[in-house]
Amino acid sequence: MLRKIRILLAVVCFVSITLLFLDFTGTVHAWFGWLAKVQLLPAVLAGNAVIVAALALLTLLFGRVYCSVICPLGVMQDCVAWIGKRTKKNRYSYSPERKWLRYGMFVLFIAAMIAGVGSLVALLAPYSAYGRIASNLLAPLWAWGNNVLAYFAERADSYAFYSVDVWIKSLTTLIVAAVSFVVIAVLAWRNGRTWCNTVCPVGTLLGFLSRFSLLRPTIDTEKCNSCGLCARNCKASCIDSKNHKIDYSRCVACMDCIDKCHKGAISYSLRKKTVQQQEQPQPAAEPKNAGRRNFLTGMGMLAATSALRAQEKVVDGGLAVIADKKIPARQTPIVPPGARSLSNMASHCTGCQLCVSVCPNGVLRPSGGLMTLMQPESSYERGYCRPECTKCSEVCPTGAIRKITRAEKSSIQIGHAVWVESNCLPVTDGVYCGSCARHCPAGAITMIRYDADDPDAPRVPSVNVERCIGCGACENLCPARPFSAIYVEGHEQHRTI
Amino acid sequence: MKNDNNKKGIDRREFLKRIGLGAAVVSAASVTGCGGKGSGAAQSVAAAGDIPTDKMTYRTNPKTGEKVSLLGYGCMRWPTVGDESGRDSAEELDQEQINRLVDFAIAHGVNYFDTSPAYCRGRSERATGVALSRHPRDSYFIATKLSNFAPSTWGREASIAMYRNSFKELQVDYIDYMLLHGIGMGNGMPDFEARYIDNGVLDFLLAEREAGRIRNLGFSYHGDIAVFNRLLAEHDKYKWDFVQIQLNYVDWKHAKQTNERNTDAEYLYGELAKRNIPAIIMEPLLGGRLSNVHDHIAAKLRERRHDMSVASWAFRFAGSFPGVLTVLSGMTYMEHLQDNLRTFAPLDPLTDDDREFLEETAQALLRYPTIPCNDCKYCMPCPFGLDIPGILLHFNKCINEGRMPSSSRDAGYAKARREFLIGYDRSVPRLRQADHCIGCNQCVHHCPQSINIPAQMRRIDHFVEDLKQGREF
Repeated sequence: MLRKIRILLAVVCFVSITLLFLDFTGTVHAWFGWLAKVQLLPAVLAGNAVIVAALALLTLLFGRVYCSVICPLGVMQDCVAWIGKRTKKNRYSYSPERKWLRYGMFVLFIAAMIAGVGSLVALLAPYSAYGRIASNLLAPLWAWGNNVLAYFAERADSYAFYSVDVWIKSLTTLIVAAVSFVVIAVLAWRNGRTWCNTVCPVGTLLGFLSRFSLLRPTIDTEKCNSCGLCARNCKASCIDSKNHKIDYSRCVACMDCIDKCHKGAISYSLRKKTVQQQEQPQPAAEPKNAGRRNFLTGMGMLAATSALRAQEKVVDGGLAVIADKKIPARQTPIVPPGARSLSNMASHCTGCQLCVSVCPNGVLRPSGGLMTLMQPESSYERGYCRPECTKCSEVCPTGAIRKITRAEKSSIQIGHAVWVESNCLPVTDGVYCGSCARHCPAGAITMIRYDADDPDAPRVPSVNVERCIGCGACENLCPARPFSAIYVEGHEQHRTI
Repeated sequence: MKNDNNKKGIDRREFLKRIGLGAAVVSAASVTGCGGKGSGAAQSVAAAGDIPTDKMTYRTNPKTGEKVSLLGYGCMRWPTVGDESGRDSAEELDQEQINRLVDFAIAHGVNYFDTSPAYCRGRSERATGVALSRHPRDSYFIATKLSNFAPSTWGREASIAMYRNSFKELQVDYIDYMLLHGIGMGNGMPDFEARYIDNGVLDFLLAEREAGRIRNLGFSYHGDIAVFNRLLAEHDKYKWDFVQIQLNYVDWKHAKQTNERNTDAEYLYGELAKRNIPAIIMEPLLGGRLSNVHDHIAAKLRERRHDMSVASWAFRFAGSFPGVLTVLSGMTYMEHLQDNLRTFAPLDPLTDDDREFLEETAQALLRYPTIPCNDCKYCMPCPFGLDIPGILLHFNKCINEGRMPSSSRDAGYAKARREFLIGYDRSVPRLRQADHCIGCNQCVHHCPQSINIPAQMRRIDHFVEDLKQGREF
């Protein structure tokens, strides 16, 4: 029963969180956005004491149920392991705690966080690792599925679906996501929760608390016949059946052992009552329910990933060819409004890709920088940071992008536009343009005479850097290709103008 | 319809007697046959209803106390034998048809006929005179104008000759309503002075009014507001008996958007009402634009009143102002006349709600005039890769299918917004949309429809931004 409840809750959380990364319309966030915000590491980074305290309390009461229910990476491993178990039953065995590795990784992680090595933090943080996998490997499939529906919707004159672009936002991140998925999946397939109990810093942290949890699976030595079935089904490898001991720092409270034990010797009970347990044995074991297998069948899609390719846009005949824009060499990267500064972003972002997934304008993509690997940065070849959109700030669970309103956004300067004379059409072709000035939402661009003495001279943009907010409308809509004649340089520190 | 008209023409002498029944079936004749008298015919036209002969709404001229029909007959579009408007065609005017229209109008209570020496290429006064002279002189009021626009007629003699000629053409010895025609047109004040002041023609007309050959003296105004203001400022001196202004539910508050030189009718009417000068309304349909509206606007008007034509809303708008003496409509065809008679016999004045509704309609009209692109692709390829016809056609399509949000407060705004934006991306790839127009103007001289393509691109871009940013409009 407990196991079924655990599975039910886990599936709900897992599917919901996955949808957060897949849904590009923003509807799911309204319902399940909080699920990203209750993840432990993001809550710590966001300074959300209430959630951190609640999770600590949860763990002190029930053990590491967080790892079995709330953490999407944990549930993903369970899904993989569940498939693995179908090929070979009773595949696990007890192994002692690998303390040096476990605590070594934890220390390394804390050090990386303090040192602001965002890339390492992003690599190890469990929620982010899952976000990366979902947004890089699953989201494209979701989008293509949507595009197929949109294709038919268009022909049926329906507006229920619209087509979206699928593109590789960062090759590095894609590779990292694919590698992490393969590594974690193989570990899970073979040894269950190895990742959670050796690498995952959140698992280690919660392990400190779960040692003292109020409720815990307990082996009744009276009933136990030391058959070892529990240990062979413990994905955390934490049941030492010979000695009737369970390592609670590694137990993720999955309740599998309780279900497995033929003798009903394992119960989930209060730590105080361990002595009384002998008098009142709980018939915890439930008849095995074959129907539960169907529970996770839908999760099979996790395994169905495939390599990605950018969709090339087919150019129609009779229309002028439009060259793709290229990313200019920016001296300072741009991070979205709400991020406050590059250092705030670097120290808070765990690279979960949630903001990248929801950005409807093709602006955000994971950084390829060594220190900021997989953290979001902005670029404007596909679109610009539109004035009405504050989606990334709404979804960010870690406080790397603080929640801002549209009004606030209109006055947050995240960078400033720089004119590139040699690319500017009025200069090169002598034609009238002014596209940048016309589209500037801040009114920061004035068209001035290229030659002050000639009243008929073509006009070129002049940027008022005090008013420019760095949204990239000018850069995106500049007709010069592949490099725009006006581009945005990021600011290390955002300011309100 | 032409056949019906001819058929009616044959028994023209009788038709005044049976006009109430016979003519009422014209619009239904194609279904019922021309049944003439009898209960069968009456039943078959019940949907449209008889046009009453005794229900015309009248307004009182405060000076003379005479009752003027609220529907005035504008004689600038008399039909030609080729069944076109005499304004657009050089063909001979169809006098027989004009007589029928005038007879029908008078039989149903219309008594104000507005013409000018300039109308129908100079043929209107004569045709109007022929038709009206068949009726007793006291059964109608004649309005005509001193239309000395051409510099060749600015001289005193030429102007007075034009004035005297109107009497001859109209076969009358007095004019009920005489207008200075189109003050404010051309160069505004200098033209006005040249036409009426410097040559003493205004003084001459004032004297004619004294002599009784002009019963009411007024002016019609277009263009430069300074002239309008001046003539009203001098009202004490000239004692205008009436003023003719352009008024309709678009020009009421948005005149500048239809024509830079025009002035909001709200102001014009207000100035007249202040001085208690009766207003005569021209262009109640804004040159036909308020009768030939987009489907979705027509649908909304129809939804509000199933029994009323699209044009009737515009006439009711103009007629509902108490200071309006008459509303002119240039009616070429019997159907126009009949529809208008239904509107004015009697007038069903607008409620405040109706007025608000028409203001919304005006905004929708101004916002969404379709663009006359017929996809000839002469403008293509755009050097910056835009799909110009694709953009224009999507815009037009949405207007014509009534899927254009007319206001961000519309009930169906969210749906319309979504459909417009999704449809836009489907019709035109993002990189080829209007926001990428730089205004190089290379396309402009290729367009056979003389569409100002860059301006349209900007307008559409602005509209799309309104939608995307959720700005109120």
